[in-house]
Amino acid sequence: MNVRDESRKDSGFILAVDFGSTFTKVVAISTEKPEILGTAKSPTTIGTDIRGGLNNAVKELTAQTGKLTFTHKLAASSAYGGLKMVAVGLVPSLTAKAANLAACSAGAKVVKTFSYELNASEQEEIHGIQPDLILLSGGTDGGNKDVILHNAKKLAEIESDFAVIIAGNKSAAEDAREVLTRSGKHAVICGNVMPVFNTLDTLPARDAINALFLEKIIKAKGLAQAAREMTMPIIPTPLAVFECMQLLSENLGDILAVDVGGATTDVYSMCRGAPTLPGVTQKGLPEPFAKRTVEGDLGMRHSQETLIDKITSSQFETKLPDIESYRTACRSDYAYIPPAGSPHAHFDQMLAGTAVDIATTRHAGYLETAYTPFGESFYQMGKDLTAVKYVVGIGGPIIYTDDPASILQNAATPTRHATTPTRDNVLKPASPKFIWDKKYIFSAMGLLARVDKQLALRILESEL
Amino acid sequence: MNGKTVVMGVIGADVHAIGIKILSHAFTEAGFNVVNLGVMVSQEEYIEAAIETNADAIIVSSLYGHGEMDCRGLREKCEEAGLKDIPMYVGGNLVVGKRDFAEVERIFLEMGFNRAYPPGTAPEKGIADISKDLGVGQP
Repeated sequence: MNVRDESRKDSGFILAVDFGSTFTKVVAISTEKPEILGTAKSPTTIGTDIRGGLNNAVKELTAQTGKLTFTHKLAASSAYGGLKMVAVGLVPSLTAKAANLAACSAGAKVVKTFSYELNASEQEEIHGIQPDLILLSGGTDGGNKDVILHNAKKLAEIESDFAVIIAGNKSAAEDAREVLTRSGKHAVICGNVMPVFNTLDTLPARDAINALFLEKIIKAKGLAQAAREMTMPIIPTPLAVFECMQLLSENLGDILAVDVGGATTDVYSMCRGAPTLPGVTQKGLPEPFAKRTVEGDLGMRHSQETLIDKITSSQFETKLPDIESYRTACRSDYAYIPPAGSPHAHFDQMLAGTAVDIATTRHAGYLETAYTPFGESFYQMGKDLTAVKYVVGIGGPIIYTDDPASILQNAATPTRHATTPTRDNVLKPASPKFIWDKKYIFSAMGLLARVDKQLALRILESEL
Repeated sequence: MNGKTVVMGVIGADVHAIGIKILSHAFTEAGFNVVNLGVMVSQEEYIEAAIETNADAIIVSSLYGHGEMDCRGLREKCEEAGLKDIPMYVGGNLVVGKRDFAEVERIFLEMGFNRAYPPGTAPEKGIADISKDLGVGQP
C-alpha cells in the first residue's frame, strides 16, 4: 500500500470538481497513464460551507483510489441556480438572438431573451427571474440608439441586484452605462455582439461575462473559499461541458449534444451546418460553428409543465394513468429520482424524450419553401444538422435510465430519407449514432482541457 | 462617408446577383453606409435590417418580373414596425411584358414607394435622387 502511494505521488494527479445544485461530483485523473482513477459524489452543502460537500466527495473518492496528492484542482459550478442570465436585444432574429448566443456561449443559464422596447410587465418578469447578469444589446454600431437607451432606463428601474453588460451600438453604450450606474447598478461595456449588420461577434461579450462571473458571482454564491483552494478559476459547469464538446468534435467530427436537466435543456452543436442539399440558399444570421442554446422552459422538474402539456392523452394512458402522484412527488422534491422500473420512471423517460425532441428542433435549422416562377425554391434558416454523425447524451435524466438511446432517438429525424429538400423540414440528424456520458466526466474533461488538451482528448478516446 | 445608411437587396425569389453588387459598390463609393442584403430578400429582412441599422432609406431591386407581387404590403409593414415614412426606392424589370413605364411607376408609387426606376437606369441617377431626398451635403 505504501509503495503504491509513493509511486502515485511521483506522477501527477488532477482533481476535477463539479459543484452541482444537488450533488458535488469529483473525478480523479492520472496524468501518467492517462486514465480516470475514480469518480464520486456527495450532496452539495448549500447554506453552509460548500467545501463540506467537496471534502465528503473527495473522502469517498480516495477510499476507492488510495491517498492522492493533486497537482491541479479544477472546478466548475452550477450550484445556486448556476450563472442565471437574461439577454436583451432589439430585433428577435438579429441582436436579441446574437445576445442570446453570446450568453449561451459563456455557459450561462439564459432564462429568457427579450426584444424591442421593454415594458412594465417585462420589467416585473425580469425582477421575478432574479438574474445574476443581464446582457444588453441592440443596434449595429452607428445604428439604432433609442431602443438600447430605453431598455437601459427600464433595467435601471428594476430593484434587483444584477450587473449589466452592455454589448450594443457603440454610439449609445456610454449613455446606457451612465443611466445604469446612476441607479446603482454595476455596468460594464464590451464590444457589440453585432457590430456590422448580420455579423456576429460574441467573443467580447463572452469574455466580459466570464470576467464578471469571477469577479462578482463566485463571491455572491458563496464559492469564494472553495475558489481559493483551486489551482485555476472556477467556471460555470455548462462552459466546461461546452469546451468538452468542442474537444469531442475534434475527435468525432460533427456532433450534436443534448443535456436534459431539472430546470433547462441545453443543446450543443459543433458543425458548420452549411446546406447539404442542392438548390438551397442559406438565409438569416450566420450561426457559429460551436453553438449552444438553452431552453429555459424545458426542464424535468422546475419547468415540467411545458413538457407534460406536450404529452398526448394516448401516451398518458399507456405510460402513466396517475399524473397527479407524479406531479406531487416531483414538487415535494426537485431532486426526485423515481425507483427504476416504476411507472414514474417510465414517465420521466418519456418527458426526457420530449425535452430532447423540442430542444433539438429549436436548435436545428429548418427549410422554408418559396414558390418562384421556376418552381419551388428553398431557404435554409440556421444550421443543417442532417449529416451530423453523433448525438451525445448528457445529464441524469438521460444517462441514468435503462435505455438512453431511445431518449436520444428524439434528436434525430428517422423518417427523413429525402435526397431533395422537402417542405418545412427541420434539419435534425438523419441517421446518427448515439453515445452518452456514462461516467459523468464531460465537465471534468472540459476542465482538464484547460490544463492539458491532449490528455483530455486521450482520456475521452478511451472512455467512449 | 455622408452619414446616411441605406438597406438594399433583391426582393422575393429573385437570384439576380450582379446588379445589386454594382449598386452596392456605387452607393458605397458615393459615401453611403450600405447594408447589402444580397438576393432572395423577404420584406421582413429589409425591415429588420433597417431597424437594427437605423437606416435612412430602403432600396429594393427586382429583375425577374414579379416585383409587383413581391413589393405589395412593404410600406404597410414598415409602418407597423415603426419605420414611419422611411424613404423607399424600387427599380429593375418590375413587371412582366412590355408595359408603359408611366403606368408601372404609378403602381409602385401607389404602393408607397417614393421613387421607381425603369430598366437600364444608371446608378448615378438613383444616387443623385436619394442624396437630394435625404439632404446629403446640406447643412
